[in-house]
Amino acid sequence: MNNPLHAFDRPNSYIGRSVARPNAKRLLAGRGRYITDLVLPRMLHAAFVRSPHAHARIVSIDATRAKALPGVRLVATGDDLAKICKPWVGTLAHFKGMKSPEQWPLALDKAIWAGQAVVAVVADTRAQAEDAIEEIAVTFEELSPVIDIDDARAPESPVIASTMDGNVCFTTKLDTGGIDEIFASAEHVVEGEFLFGRHTAVTMEPRAIIADYNPSEDQLTVHHATQTPYQFQDLYSRHYGVPEANVRVIAPDIGGSFGMKLHVYHEDMAVVGLSIILGRPVKFVADRLESFLSDIHARDHRVRARLAMDEEGTILAMDVDDVTAIGPFSSFPRTSVVEGNQVVRLIGAPYKFQNYRADLSVVFQNKVQTSQYRAVGHPVACAVTERLVDMAASRVGLDPFEIREKNFIPDSAYPCASPTGYKFEALSHEACLAQLKSLMNYDSLRAEQAELLKKGIHRGIGIATFVEITNPSPAFYGVGGARISAQDGAIIKVMPSGEVQCLISVTEVGQGTETIIGQIVAATLGVKYESVKVVTGDTEMTPHGGATWGCRGAGIGGETALQTAKRLKENVLRVAAALLQEKSERLDMRDGIVVDTDGGQERLALAEIARIAYFRSDTLPPGADAQLTVAHHYAPQGYPFAFTNGVQACHIELDAETGFVKILKHWAIEDCGRVINPLLVDEQVRGGVVQGLGAAFFEECVYDDTGQLMNGSLADYLVPMAFEMPDIDVGHVDTPTRDTELGAKGAGEAGTAAASAAALNAVNDALRFFNTSVSQIPMTPERLLRALGHS
Amino acid sequence: MSEKLPISMRINGEPTDSYAAPRETLADFLRGDVQLTGTHLGCEMGACGACLVLLDGLPVHACLMFAVQADGANIETIEGLSDRGVIADIQKAFHERNALQCGFCTPGILIAAHHLLRTMQNPSREVIRDALSGNYCRCTGYVAIVDAIEEVSTSRREPVVARLIEKAEP
Repeated sequence: MNNPLHAFDRPNSYIGRSVARPNAKRLLAGRGRYITDLVLPRMLHAAFVRSPHAHARIVSIDATRAKALPGVRLVATGDDLAKICKPWVGTLAHFKGMKSPEQWPLALDKAIWAGQAVVAVVADTRAQAEDAIEEIAVTFEELSPVIDIDDARAPESPVIASTMDGNVCFTTKLDTGGIDEIFASAEHVVEGEFLFGRHTAVTMEPRAIIADYNPSEDQLTVHHATQTPYQFQDLYSRHYGVPEANVRVIAPDIGGSFGMKLHVYHEDMAVVGLSIILGRPVKFVADRLESFLSDIHARDHRVRARLAMDEEGTILAMDVDDVTAIGPFSSFPRTSVVEGNQVVRLIGAPYKFQNYRADLSVVFQNKVQTSQYRAVGHPVACAVTERLVDMAASRVGLDPFEIREKNFIPDSAYPCASPTGYKFEALSHEACLAQLKSLMNYDSLRAEQAELLKKGIHRGIGIATFVEITNPSPAFYGVGGARISAQDGAIIKVMPSGEVQCLISVTEVGQGTETIIGQIVAATLGVKYESVKVVTGDTEMTPHGGATWGCRGAGIGGETALQTAKRLKENVLRVAAALLQEKSERLDMRDGIVVDTDGGQERLALAEIARIAYFRSDTLPPGADAQLTVAHHYAPQGYPFAFTNGVQACHIELDAETGFVKILKHWAIEDCGRVINPLLVDEQVRGGVVQGLGAAFFEECVYDDTGQLMNGSLADYLVPMAFEMPDIDVGHVDTPTRDTELGAKGAGEAGTAAASAAALNAVNDALRFFNTSVSQIPMTPERLLRALGHS
Repeated sequence: MSEKLPISMRINGEPTDSYAAPRETLADFLRGDVQLTGTHLGCEMGACGACLVLLDGLPVHACLMFAVQADGANIETIEGLSDRGVIADIQKAFHERNALQCGFCTPGILIAAHHLLRTMQNPSREVIRDALSGNYCRCTGYVAIVDAIEEVSTSRREPVVARLIEKAEP
């Protein structure tokens, strides 16, 4: 199961050590450098007139009064920006038959969701820009909004995109065959309809961008709160016709991202165009309402699913129908289809059964776009699977642990493939489940639950197993034609002092990328961690790479750093060998000193090698090629994805009178392969759990039937806070991937993948006493009271 | 829209005379006019707590009051608390416990933690969580934040002698 013992496994290795993040100190001192803080000379500010209607034709725009206001530099319409910006289309070729209409920075002939930017104003201050948008008169002619997922697909429905013949973006079907027969003859069938509300990332720093176009050099510099600066360098270059070498995207400190800050947003594209028109820096920071109206949302699925099993509780088959609504077009460049695709492919993933059928329909509607947000599709797949497994357990009289033990793919049976086509290298469901049972003290919790029930206290215990997609190869986006890199690149240089800089294309968004890259470089190269500085987030500094998404920072970025550092070390030791007249294979480097591999005798400091190489190259022996800077790229090889797994448990107490749920405790066991920094991984998993619990109990973008968002503020849209959240215990099983030397897989989405499913099972466990159940999240008090018969 | 008004306040110990438009919030004034960008804006309606500052010693949402309302007040921001060293142990505990990720909520949380620890000895985890009920953190699971505050509370209660010994160590 484990790779052979590596230098990383040494007791003093930096790998596996809880190193604190050096870059966190400035954040703790209030010295973060976020886009929102940045001010550039001659900088202007943008604000947008937004459509008040979900679906409306734009009849006329009158900006005469706005243009006359003090400080107003530019009023731009959709047509103005369409003249200089090429449109984009959010489709991928490997989703056969998917369609989506062209998009431009601002609405052209009609608005297709409430909140869509229609007119841009640029002024000296944000306040002046906002004053001006109040003076712009846009005449709309309202059209019938397309809201409901079934109505949208009806033949009589209005069609949102005039270039299309319906509101269906994409459909697909998976079928291993014979499903109807299996269900007809199965001893037991459990089924349900599961509803997953829309929710959104709610990064604490809203979306923020400053575009700075300098016409004298045709140079575009974009300071952008994004996870993926290289992707945007490519996009801004291609859509505005600025040479790619002249486009620089800088992502400094980012106030949270969670997948939300890597999509193309209309306002962001507009800001780039506004700066090109004006030749001055233009800043846009979404306020919170604008965030709710224009950030991507996620989920919004209705899944009808059933599970067949034999008399002993062995799962035979699953049959699934997922309909998901994605807004009026598919997002760019990753599309809005990936979530549904992952829902239907991840359902049932932990289990042995091989008979599976799934239909997926992806539907357009007049709400803001949905797309990838943390744990794309995973919470939906996990909740559907794990709720049905619990229902199955109840049907045949098995404990939730027993039915999972019985049906898991055994840890010894990997590698294997799922009936949906995913190839699993090595998962550890059995080990994770065993660790969870012991960590949570399951048997005594059950005994306590039974005792408390006698006193009228209704507690529930729920578990949920998950499989997570990490370390994606080009099979994810590249094969579909998206210019999204699955590889990363690093430059590592020894400085004249002997200190080291690593410039790498994975980015820091608070999760600790720079810290773990520093740990890997230090451990691989053989220098002190404190002597390594990691630089990220600037396309002009580092090689091109995929950056941060899909749980790839440690697995792909980490391996990139490792392979680059290995090459640099070879170069250093070659120079050392020449200087010492020694064979390089007999030398090693530890803590920045070249030593004899055998015995560890100190021979020469890296700082001395650097001094000679940089300032006294005349004294180097002939042929000593002092290459003390190495650039190297690493692309994932082997399995298309490094799947990870884990299991979570949630313990709740239900107040059957009020519908309120107190979350007492949550546990997460996960297997992300080699853990580089337990301190960082554990709290990242906990953060993921909290976002999953938010989805389970609080978070939902509520719309009325005309497509108006009803809760676009942080007072109305509830985000989990410290008081509602429980202590969360995290444990690890360590199954490194053999596809890399590092062996790390991703961890950032694991918490979110299963937390809501565990919570759903826990609440339903408590509801069993009342012979009722819920199958919709968030499980609000109102919905729970309805389930309990308090209508 | 109307004329700017003169305002005087003490900010992080320094007397500050300036002008502010009547509609300018204290948060915008601090971030823009005084360039104290450690005070963050997450919701601009007093829900998220990222903009907390101390006004005459008490935490207030800088997004919920106008700069002109703070005329004559004594304001302390994260920068002032940090420079003054009064939250150094909280910052250290947050750092060592990794009680932050993106850091955007962190200044507000530090101010809430500072106020809690100054006004209450030995708060339970429940009380700490309650004291943070005006602060959103979207990255962490709150556990590390509660741990860090709990640790500072414990260490501040340690006998003075023990602290002196600790200080004497390298």
